[in-house]
Amino acid sequence: MDLSLIIMQLLSGIALGAVLVITALGLTIVFGMLGVVNFAHGALFMIGAYAGLYLASLTGSFWWGLLLAPILIGVFGMLIEFVLIRRLYGRSIDDPLLLTFGLSYILVEGVRIVFGSDGIPFPTPPQLVGVLDLGIGFFPRYRLFVIVLVAVVLLVLWLTLEKTRVGLIVRAGARDPTIMQVLGVDIGRVWLAIFGLGVGLAALGGVLAGPMRSVNPEMGSLVLAEAFVVTVIGGLGSIVGAVVAGLMVGISISMVALFAPEMATIVMFALMAVVLLIRPQGLFGVRGRTA
Amino acid sequence: MPKSGSTPKITRRTALAGLSASAALLAMPRLGHAADETIRIGFPTPLTGPFAAEARDQVKCAELAVKLVNDKGGIAGRKVELLVRDDKLNAGEAATRTLELIEKDKVHAVVGALSSAVQLAVNEVTRARGVIYVSISQSDTINEAKDFSKYTFHEALNPHMTTAAVARQTLKKGMKVAHLAADYAYGHEMLRGFKRAQTAIGADNVGEILHPFGAADYSTFMPRLMSMRPDVLCISNFGRDQANAIKQAVDFGVKQQMKIVVPVILHNQRLAVGPDVFEGVVGGANYYWGLETQSKSASAFNAAFKAANSGAIPTDYGAYGYSGVGSLLAAMQAAGGTDTDKVIDALEKLQYDLTKGPQHYRKCDHQSVQSVLVLESKKKSAMANENDLFAILANDAGADDMLRSCSELGHAT
Repeated sequence: MDLSLIIMQLLSGIALGAVLVITALGLTIVFGMLGVVNFAHGALFMIGAYAGLYLASLTGSFWWGLLLAPILIGVFGMLIEFVLIRRLYGRSIDDPLLLTFGLSYILVEGVRIVFGSDGIPFPTPPQLVGVLDLGIGFFPRYRLFVIVLVAVVLLVLWLTLEKTRVGLIVRAGARDPTIMQVLGVDIGRVWLAIFGLGVGLAALGGVLAGPMRSVNPEMGSLVLAEAFVVTVIGGLGSIVGAVVAGLMVGISISMVALFAPEMATIVMFALMAVVLLIRPQGLFGVRGRTA
Repeated sequence: MPKSGSTPKITRRTALAGLSASAALLAMPRLGHAADETIRIGFPTPLTGPFAAEARDQVKCAELAVKLVNDKGGIAGRKVELLVRDDKLNAGEAATRTLELIEKDKVHAVVGALSSAVQLAVNEVTRARGVIYVSISQSDTINEAKDFSKYTFHEALNPHMTTAAVARQTLKKGMKVAHLAADYAYGHEMLRGFKRAQTAIGADNVGEILHPFGAADYSTFMPRLMSMRPDVLCISNFGRDQANAIKQAVDFGVKQQMKIVVPVILHNQRLAVGPDVFEGVVGGANYYWGLETQSKSASAFNAAFKAANSGAIPTDYGAYGYSGVGSLLAAMQAAGGTDTDKVIDALEKLQYDLTKGPQHYRKCDHQSVQSVLVLESKKKSAMANENDLFAILANDAGADDMLRSCSELGHAT
């Protein structure tokens, strides 16, 4: 087996991992800061793809869809937090879990009613159609774009959390919300923004995945499972964990596909089982944290 | 809106009449004779899940077949009723629903199932209960002697027929062929069919990859498939897997290097990913509405479907629903009722032409002998209208020698 094939395979793994990272990120941030296990994350990913498609056809440009859909669905996420989830803080972790689980059914059925249960084509933006000759092989331009965009989003997110005042408040709020309130920070607004961010990231993942897969109401269910696997491997609530685990899972799937293609789906679950046995809190998780 | 003066009043008399009528209705199932009045056909199909689009078309067409018979006064004066159940593409669910249809709803026959595993489960139940089952799944394991019973009929095409027809149009001696197939019965059967056809033609196999069923991402298989440098890539999977696999193969520039061929090209999946992605893809089909220029039956079927579905056109898998239920009802018509042995006898003797030309069930394994279409997906600029999806490359008339022989399937000859 020649080296160029292995490098191409690695690249497909990184592109696959990039989408996993972006979807797992929203899930892990919401859990880490709010202690909410968002089971509607997959459905919101799907809604994001539909919103992106709708906005792209409305404005005639994929780029507007890519920019506006995460914002629009992020605001929708804030609405969900404000109207529904807010009431369940302080209760057991099962309550928001069940709420979002029910919500995911409503969202999927809603899309089926409005857009039908058939798949809808989501064309690749014309600037990114086709392949790029990397010297050792051809790789789709769009997938390279996804890798770059995800890297940029991660950088912006990291800088915001680590280097700005807002980031400081968010990190402190996750550590001890009571003290923050005593210090005069309106913690409710922070939670609102965080939930919106998590949902916006899910929607961004949906728009990015759209041109690679057919868009249909069930596209989120598989993504939810993948995002959970990545989150569990990386450690619930850990942003670094989500990034490392996402890339790890993407590359593992890709490498296994080279040698035992029929095992490609199972490998991520096997990886999760091994990590849970050796390090139950996940690679970057904090032991004993149950929200 | 009714005027205030004309508001209907419920009098004591009408209330009593209504009550006794509903009481009679409740008592109905207990009266053996009354229950026999309607002919009930069970129809399990995966209304939810990745094959939902195909399943919904099946239901529409099955309903049409029932309606046309009822409009003409039913069968021996009895009305026909279709009982649709969602099998959720799950063998266990399908077995439970089928058992319920037989035991609780007392259906006279079962038609349906789309996936190979589900079809096996339905066949298991109907065979044990002695109820006729007309399968409309493309897999044909139930026609092999070990799963077959006299109650088993197979209306759909089978892997051997479609792959042979597609290979005839696309493969030549000395060509290099690679395969990407779904890792379950359907993929395995199609792969076996293609390999058999390519050996007969003299094409070379350069490699095969099995992918997990229902995968959303195929990018990880593409570098290896391209490194095999084939002339033709056969993608043997179904439903959304077909759409996703072809779309991602095209993203990787596969079409610049090789031709993409599928055993069965799906109308709904072509719609789901658009003309540019499918352009030039060749695949087999049981039916395509464009056949109406060549076939009177197709034109009549299209017209009936359009009339019942506000101008929409029937799809490939829809046509299975129509011919599966239609052939069964024609046999019941000939048998003069629902007596199982008489209907089986009638089905074996039946010569029918419902959607595309003459068909009949082969005696030894009850496989429907029928024509196979080979279609090529049209370029966007070549489409006359939004329904003009495919060009018909071939329309091979049905013949017994298209099928694997009775003895190969393990039947006594």
